[in-house]
Amino acid sequence: MKHRLVAAIVLLLVSPVLALDGQPGIHDPSTVVMHGGKYYTYGTGAGLPILVSDDGWTWRRSGTLMQSLPTGRPGPDVIARGGNNTWAPDVIRVGEKYFLYYSAPGTQPKSAIGLLVGKTLDPESPDYKWEDGGPIVWSDGIEDSNAIDPGVFLDPTTGSLWLTYGSYFGYIRLVELNPKTGKRLYPERKPVDIAINSEASIMIFREGWYYLLVTHGSCCAGANSSYNIRMGRARKVTGPFLDNMGIDMLQGGGKLFLGSSGRQIGPGHFGLLDLGDGVQKFSCHYEADLDRGGISVLDIRPLLWRDGWPEAGANFKEGTYQIESARTGTALELAVQGMPVGGFRGRGGRGGGAGRGAGGGRGESPPLEPIPAQDAAQVASNWQAGAVDLRMSPYMVQAQQKWAIAPVGNAGGYPGSPYFKMTIAGTDRALAATGDGELVAVPAFTGAPAQLWRIDQLTDGTYRVMPKAAPNAKEPLALSAAGSSKPTLDRFNADSDRQRWLLKTP
Amino acid sequence: MNKLIRYLTPALVVLAAVGGSVCVVARAQDATARPPAPTLARPKTPTRATDAAGFLQRWIVLEPLRVTGQLTDSAVQAAVKTEYFPDQLTVIPRDGDTVTAGDAQLTWHAVDTSKYNVNLFHFAYALGKPTSNVLFWAITVVNAPREMPGVRLAIGSNAASVWWVNGEEVISLYNDRQAVIDDGVSKRLTLNKGANVIRAAIVNAGGATDFCARFLDENDRPIKTLTATLSGQ
Repeated sequence: MKHRLVAAIVLLLVSPVLALDGQPGIHDPSTVVMHGGKYYTYGTGAGLPILVSDDGWTWRRSGTLMQSLPTGRPGPDVIARGGNNTWAPDVIRVGEKYFLYYSAPGTQPKSAIGLLVGKTLDPESPDYKWEDGGPIVWSDGIEDSNAIDPGVFLDPTTGSLWLTYGSYFGYIRLVELNPKTGKRLYPERKPVDIAINSEASIMIFREGWYYLLVTHGSCCAGANSSYNIRMGRARKVTGPFLDNMGIDMLQGGGKLFLGSSGRQIGPGHFGLLDLGDGVQKFSCHYEADLDRGGISVLDIRPLLWRDGWPEAGANFKEGTYQIESARTGTALELAVQGMPVGGFRGRGGRGGGAGRGAGGGRGESPPLEPIPAQDAAQVASNWQAGAVDLRMSPYMVQAQQKWAIAPVGNAGGYPGSPYFKMTIAGTDRALAATGDGELVAVPAFTGAPAQLWRIDQLTDGTYRVMPKAAPNAKEPLALSAAGSSKPTLDRFNADSDRQRWLLKTP
Repeated sequence: MNKLIRYLTPALVVLAAVGGSVCVVARAQDATARPPAPTLARPKTPTRATDAAGFLQRWIVLEPLRVTGQLTDSAVQAAVKTEYFPDQLTVIPRDGDTVTAGDAQLTWHAVDTSKYNVNLFHFAYALGKPTSNVLFWAITVVNAPREMPGVRLAIGSNAASVWWVNGEEVISLYNDRQAVIDDGVSKRLTLNKGANVIRAAIVNAGGATDFCARFLDENDRPIKTLTATLSGQ
């Protein structure tokens, strides 16, 4: 059993880029929920601290959830079954209600999971009020269960509501809930054991499979935390949940979903954030963000699917890319006359001889020095000045086809990322949306919304690229391949490759 | 690209009706008569609807002009912006009209294609005209049943090409390329109710040469309610 630290962390850090901005400090975050145009999550700590964001990128602390309760603490029956701590909540909207489940441990493994019921997540709303729904499940300190870490799941195929919970003492358990009240539907039934040796369980569903995601390893030790997210899947909500090797999660199985990498140590507490249109993201916390002094922080990342398993995507990183249409295989480029890399030269003569041009004549030994990569400094003087059209062509590793994509500070963002600017590498020529729903490369980046781009990785690993705002547009538009050679802006259609792009390093 | 054409002997052919059907027969300029263009025929009806995929199948095509055959952006633009004959960006010719370009007299030919594309190699070869290092002018008049905003012209061409709709340049494709359906697509434009003039210049360096064209609606679907007609038909 792990003894958990209560992490009521208050931070005010402005990260340079590529991790959530603002105050993302949190431990054991609930599933991120969008309500009224804002994003909310709740975490471990006194009163269940609230994080809120207007765009999913920049986060701020907004008090605690328990502040809205008359007693400011769990209900008496919850405390009686468990304890006075408030840890690791999860929240879901069912109909017009929000059900928020939270851990209320005493001396573990004696613990309870309490319910709060509200109509809105917005503390500024006159309807903002949480009502105590009492304890839903509990563990007595002896049985093979530690009733913490609730994960709530609404089955899209049946409308039934389920709660998973548990930690390293005993089993991860499953009970069915009443979608109208949030309370147990069959309190007399014994919970179903579905996994062991884990915590932070939660379930998702896709294409006939129920996926159980849990967190293995140790928490709460900063960069020494071995937290990692693992998973199994089942055809029935009640299991058995088997990993990729057929090992039952009740016997410790679990395919790795996400472990430590880069500057982030110890991911845990998966939560699905489905943005629609085939865009899925997941939330988690890292036990230690090395770029923020090793504190625990929230992150939101793309959720990919491969061979029937979810896969953790990475938020888009600054770099130089070719932008290839999944529809046509052609690459986005400035509509200027291209120059072959190395200039016009022959392919070399047959049998090893050199060809025409810079390659030398037949019978001569060809020069075999490497040809340098082409950059804008070599060729941009031949490009027309001013605004230039965009087009798509076969990728030829030429300068007008290489895009420098970099985050833009203080321009806002979207779940998991800031907005980006997209310029031809080595120049300031910036991709911009036009008022007639088309594209143009303007001579210089100005920071206008039409020049700020949202880059979401889709579940198949391709990307959707959208301007923050397109002038005169009545709806969100996405970069689209109207034909092999014509990039444009159009409504995003998740069923088509027109708006899917591959961003490759040249 | 197929370079066999460089070995073929030039000849001159004309369009003529044979046995009640219209086909291309050779009027020998040299000893070898050319067979008719297998995919092209003289129009027999006043108008022609698009095919099931929306492709425009009626065109009037000028016998090819000799050009350098260079296909870079600047070379193609220079080639199509050169004035070869008067009013070349506004004229709506009749079948059989002729123009004088330099020392060459060239004839406009109205054709219906039996395919989605117009095979310019067939066209020129049957006429005994060159197919390499040439520029073809092609025109059609599209009748729209109503004003159609937000549509796009979508073309494919072998090789480079420049396209105009009602006098506005809307597509330019450069470099050696095959005629891929919807390779070049215009920005959104509005088709007028009634007649709309579609004009193209196709530049070929060597080998096969053809083009195809259709309009797409605001949802990227082919528009099948258009008809093509030609002045003088």
